[in-house]
Amino acid sequence: MPISRGFRGRGRRDDVDPGRIPPGQYLTGDFPVLSAGPTPHTPLSEWTFSIRGSVDDPVSWSWDEFRAFPSETVTRDIHCVTKWSKLNTVWTGVSVDTLLEGVETSAEYVLAFCDGGYTTNVPLEDVTGGRAWVAYGYDGEPLDPEHGGPARLLVPHLYFWKSAKWLRGLELRADDEAGFWETYGYHNYGDPWKEQRYAGD
Amino acid sequence: MDALDGNAIAGQLVEVFGAELTTATGVCAGCGASGPVAELEVYLEAPGTVVRCRSCKAVLMVLVSRRGVTCVDLHGFAQFDVGRRIRE
Amino acid sequence: MVELLDETPRVRSVVLDPPDWGGHLAGQHVDVRLTAEDGYQAQRSYSIASAPEDEHLVLTVERLDDGEVSPYLVDELRPGDELELRGPIGGYFVWEASTGGPLLLVAGGSGVVPFRSMLRHRAAAGSDAPARLLYSSRSLDEVIYRDEWEGLGADVRFTLTREQPEGWTGYARRIDGELLAEVAWPPAERPLVYVCGPTVFVETAAEALVALGHDPARIKTERFGATGGR
Repeated sequence: MPISRGFRGRGRRDDVDPGRIPPGQYLTGDFPVLSAGPTPHTPLSEWTFSIRGSVDDPVSWSWDEFRAFPSETVTRDIHCVTKWSKLNTVWTGVSVDTLLEGVETSAEYVLAFCDGGYTTNVPLEDVTGGRAWVAYGYDGEPLDPEHGGPARLLVPHLYFWKSAKWLRGLELRADDEAGFWETYGYHNYGDPWKEQRYAGD
Repeated sequence: MDALDGNAIAGQLVEVFGAELTTATGVCAGCGASGPVAELEVYLEAPGTVVRCRSCKAVLMVLVSRRGVTCVDLHGFAQFDVGRRIRE
Repeated sequence: MVELLDETPRVRSVVLDPPDWGGHLAGQHVDVRLTAEDGYQAQRSYSIASAPEDEHLVLTVERLDDGEVSPYLVDELRPGDELELRGPIGGYFVWEASTGGPLLLVAGGSGVVPFRSMLRHRAAAGSDAPARLLYSSRSLDEVIYRDEWEGLGADVRFTLTREQPEGWTGYARRIDGELLAEVAWPPAERPLVYVCGPTVFVETAAEALVALGHDPARIKTERFGATGGR
């Protein structure tokens, strides 16, 4: 295929430790907005976050109750399956460990569910042990609706489609159920370091 | 990020179906709305292309390109009729 | 590539002679794909600005500030460079002289590009279908093909939404129902309407036309977008 003389992709910087960029990824300085549907606008007065499924006591919190949980600010690299990676992104949110404290379950899987119907599945152990948050702040500001605000799941060690926008809860499950992109051929697990983009990779 | 319309996927549809399909008519399995593919709500900026019903937002079609091969899922349509071909 | 023409400070036309080009219909577009040396690819669609009767294929590109492909095409591309194209593409947003009129074209910004193709085709085909173009632009400086509109034998009206030259007597606001009611034929004339531009522009104009009584089945829309990224 012809090379386009002088063409370089958007925002690519080469002055970075290549050990931080997974295979097949390109570095970006932007924060691209990718959506599978219209941006939802649930008023905070109606917003709830639920833990349901294979739990003894399903629970649901209002925005104020959710915000009362201890939160933390973390800096992580994120990797989108569409090949861009963004380093040192700063998020503020509640650790999923905190939200699951006291929740009795034998579930091994989680299905994250969101406004607009988006879902994604992750093993329970991949959202616990300090590996995931429900994030409501990005770069010191409230999370923008187009980036998933009021709150999104943040699971930075997996491809970013697993960090579901407009998150409304986690369904704990004994069996794994494929979420939106997983149903359409994306990898069930999605480890960027093993380049697990598509089913069968 | 505003959604586009079916004109934006005309090229992808030629790739997958080998035919110009923006004038094809689809019926939404969710709400029954019907109209040309060109008028559907299209989200291009995603791990795949998501085509939704403009009325009820149900997902009608999803196109995913996997290493150069495009797969299409049409199950959101109750019906899908290929329109008259404009030209080869 | 034959020639590069700067239309406005942010818009450039690219004149091409693709080998094996089989012709096109007015309103169709092409997909342009760029490949960097490291294999990175980006692809975008651009409406064809030339009529099927014209000698060369012309694409007109507006540079988007956060664009990935458009800054390359507007600022970097040089005569002698090659472009990878796929097309022509599109069967819905097309107009052929044999379809007739009256023809109402409503353009927002670079949405006017396919209408240049349609009006040049109409003139070349000797069509007597009445044609009217309502072209919304931020300022006169940003009007594309400024010197061409007069010679096309169509009724062209501008609305300059942000800045107007001294003595401007034309429209000076964003398109609304009142403006469209003045410019459009009455619904009873059953015009064929084409609306092209950014999504919000297209939806505002199309909804206003339907509210005025125009048949939705005779209104065709094509939405352009800025790429996602901030």
